[in-house]
Amino acid sequence: MKLKERSEFLYFAWENKKLRIGVSIILFFLIFAIVGPDLAKYPPLEYVEAAAFPPSREHWFGTTIFGQDVFSQFVHGLKATFVVGLIGGSLGTLLGIVIGFTAGYRGGMVDEILNLITNVVLTIPSLAVLIIVAAYLTVRGILTESLLIGLTSWPWAARAIRAQTFSLRVREYVDMARISGMKAWRIIFGEIAPNMMSYLLLVYILQFGGAILYAASLDFIGLGPTNAVSLGLMMNYALLWAALPLGIWWWFVPPGAAITAIVGALYVTNVGLDEVFNPKLREM
Amino acid sequence: MTLQVENLTLYYRTLRGDARALEDATFTMVDGEIMGVAGESGCGKTTLGHGIVLLKPPMKFVRGRVVLDGEELPIWDTEAMKKFRFRKIAIIPQYAMNALNPTRKIGKMISEILRSRGVNFKSIEPELKRRLDLVGLTYDVLDMYPIELSGGMKQRVVLVLSTLLNPSVLIADEITSALDVSTQKAVMEMLVGFRDRRIVKSIMVITHDISILYQVADSIMVMYAGQLAEKASTEVIIHQPRHPYTKLLISSLPKVGVRYTETQLRGIPGSPPPLLDPPPGCRFQERCPVAFDKCREVPPFLELEPGHFVACWREF
Amino acid sequence: MSRYLGRKLVIYILTFFLAVTIDWLIPRLMPGDPINVMISRLGPRNPEEVQLLRDYYLRLFALDVPMWQQYVNFWKSVFHGDLGRSTLYFPRPVLDIIKRSVPYDIFLLLPAILTSWFAGNNFGAIAARRRWLDNTVLPMGYILTAMPYMWLALLLAWSLGIVAGWFPIAGAYSFELRPHLSILFIKDLLWHWFLPFLSLFMVMFGGWAIGMRNMIIYELEADYSRYLETLGAPSGLIRRYAFRNALLPQITGLALQLGTIVAGAVGTEVAFAYPGIGNLIVQAIQNQDYFLIQGCFLFVVLGVLVANFLIDIVYVIVDPRTRLGMAGEVA
Repeated sequence: MKLKERSEFLYFAWENKKLRIGVSIILFFLIFAIVGPDLAKYPPLEYVEAAAFPPSREHWFGTTIFGQDVFSQFVHGLKATFVVGLIGGSLGTLLGIVIGFTAGYRGGMVDEILNLITNVVLTIPSLAVLIIVAAYLTVRGILTESLLIGLTSWPWAARAIRAQTFSLRVREYVDMARISGMKAWRIIFGEIAPNMMSYLLLVYILQFGGAILYAASLDFIGLGPTNAVSLGLMMNYALLWAALPLGIWWWFVPPGAAITAIVGALYVTNVGLDEVFNPKLREM
Repeated sequence: MTLQVENLTLYYRTLRGDARALEDATFTMVDGEIMGVAGESGCGKTTLGHGIVLLKPPMKFVRGRVVLDGEELPIWDTEAMKKFRFRKIAIIPQYAMNALNPTRKIGKMISEILRSRGVNFKSIEPELKRRLDLVGLTYDVLDMYPIELSGGMKQRVVLVLSTLLNPSVLIADEITSALDVSTQKAVMEMLVGFRDRRIVKSIMVITHDISILYQVADSIMVMYAGQLAEKASTEVIIHQPRHPYTKLLISSLPKVGVRYTETQLRGIPGSPPPLLDPPPGCRFQERCPVAFDKCREVPPFLELEPGHFVACWREF
Repeated sequence: MSRYLGRKLVIYILTFFLAVTIDWLIPRLMPGDPINVMISRLGPRNPEEVQLLRDYYLRLFALDVPMWQQYVNFWKSVFHGDLGRSTLYFPRPVLDIIKRSVPYDIFLLLPAILTSWFAGNNFGAIAARRRWLDNTVLPMGYILTAMPYMWLALLLAWSLGIVAGWFPIAGAYSFELRPHLSILFIKDLLWHWFLPFLSLFMVMFGGWAIGMRNMIIYELEADYSRYLETLGAPSGLIRRYAFRNALLPQITGLALQLGTIVAGAVGTEVAFAYPGIGNLIVQAIQNQDYFLIQGCFLFVVLGVLVANFLIDIVYVIVDPRTRLGMAGEVA
């Protein structure tokens, strides 16, 4: 992007309210996740206090039924959430790019086959596959969970990227490049990729959010990482240990609220970015 | 019928301010006239055509009057204009090939739009079929979906539909741009036929292709960067242009039979001024070979000879 | 039309193939001896029973037989409806257990999906028209669709169930009742059904509302809408056309959402201990009842395939372009 374009882009990016709100919320939680574990006074899993205390000055988010500090669990879980979102989302996007772009650019038989594969994997509900694989793995780490999520969530991204590649491929400047004898990889990286960058960013944001939600579902039914704390797991335990009838709301409300806020912020950021990239959508 | 336009000024709202797309356009169209509006891209001709029929954001009405058959058209009021649209004034848009609802059969869509305008489909059906004949389409077209028709066929459907209620003025916006030469001829002939049969009283043909206008237009109006440059009968514009821009335009046209090696094509060096912040006065100054300091004042669009309007200080 | 449906059918058959293969393959790739695990889970048993089970499992896994034959055997038993016996609910056959759970899923999911789709689409369409509604519906929609299903379930259970005491929070019906046809039972059933239904409805509603609002705006700016405006068409006609055209991608969107809906159903059923397949799967996992897990997986995939196909049929009926054999599929 030329200098004038870039400063114009930044201007619109800054002005866009949705983008500002979305990014602020995400950054807030991100910083929270990074420095939180240092702020937490107690280790997340240690029994430190009498059970089921509501939020107080000592324990900002109260304690669980076992007497663990909810706040420490919360910040550690927050970190896990971001890690899964990052790795799972990245893997899903990467696979989507490779498959979707190849299908869209090459067309023909390659496209038919890849499209078939994408549709088949797309039709199988990801959670079902995640469940059946995770159920057989007795020891699971965050990395495993992220990889599994990435490996099952790429079809959506592949489809979107394929469609975008199709529409870009027939643009005039690509034809010009091809006529002038430019090599294929130069066309891909020089002409098509820059115009796809914005789109790829939008896809990545949605993959990130989707990964977080899937991880929460997996954790909630007990198929999350076996040795780590996570937000979904907190809600799982809360349910299993009668937080509902006992009214220990501080155990399950913060984790879900954090996920809602982060994923919601991701969606809003997505919309805002779309407006910035797509001048037609901007409100006057 | 007459269409009188006075000082019509329309701007486009953009994030960086108002683009002055049309500035003080004043002209008249008379009964039976096919007037061509010619000029480069961005000269304001599409703004003019669309502004009269459908003025909506980001287009902004600044000032002016449009009077059709003695009745003033409230073009700034989208709601009030509805009763004029389709009945008195219609447009064949540039996007005619995409103008039909893809999920509706054509006949169904036509009957629904007619019904919504208070016209009984049954009563107009025989006339509809006659018009389809005129443009070379069969009645089966009514039973088809747009996706089953070719681009040219869809455009002809739009031509029939837009003129179905015999509007006084028809605006044809770049309808030949995407067509090959022989189809262009067929479409233009259809258009002239509609005028000759009094289906429409007058037509405004908006195009950047002057050679087409030479074939069908009674008069040509040349525009540049939102301002009117010259208007006269076709013969006069082609053979006796007076505005410097028109002169350069005509002389830059390739002529049949003349080889490039014998006479070089001359273009007009430079590019149009930005519409966001145009220079004061005549907007052609910077590229004009005969510009002088008076040009910093906007030249009025004066009738130098009967029917021949020019906006150039040099010609006064 | 047949070309469109035919292509879809091919995909579904291949998907089923893949699903069955995954179902058969995964246990074999995992470390450890599943047979021993399964038998030990059953608790102390007398030696004859253990031997019976061992023989049964060995036959099923047929570890002495070449792989391809094991694969074929698996297919054969699937077609016979023999999905093995559950270890958790020994000796009930897996198919039996699943059959008892499916009605609850349909009872819960079908109304939730349909009502949220219709309500969400209409709301989204209205929001696209009125500015003030748009400013409230839009953020609300984003928050709802960003909520993890199980969290909303927990919130509703706690607020409306415990604090307000209006609804029960577990099970499909009260423990002391046996399913029978009577007003009392039906009322009890509905009372237990409402909260899980509501939480599914709300999350899905948000998604549809936002999607439809965006689609309507897109359609209202399309060329055909502008052309209708030049013909002086009343806004009602233009809106009607836009609505109908915007519904098409919402229908395909429904098919694409099925995977997420499965996830939502599992989370909600677990939160409310609602006896559907989702709850069953979790129980099976917690007790390492491998046959039950495998059976449930197949059933879920089958259900998704059937739902996909039904949606495709609806789409073909509604979009005239597919009937003409032209590509009407939204990429």
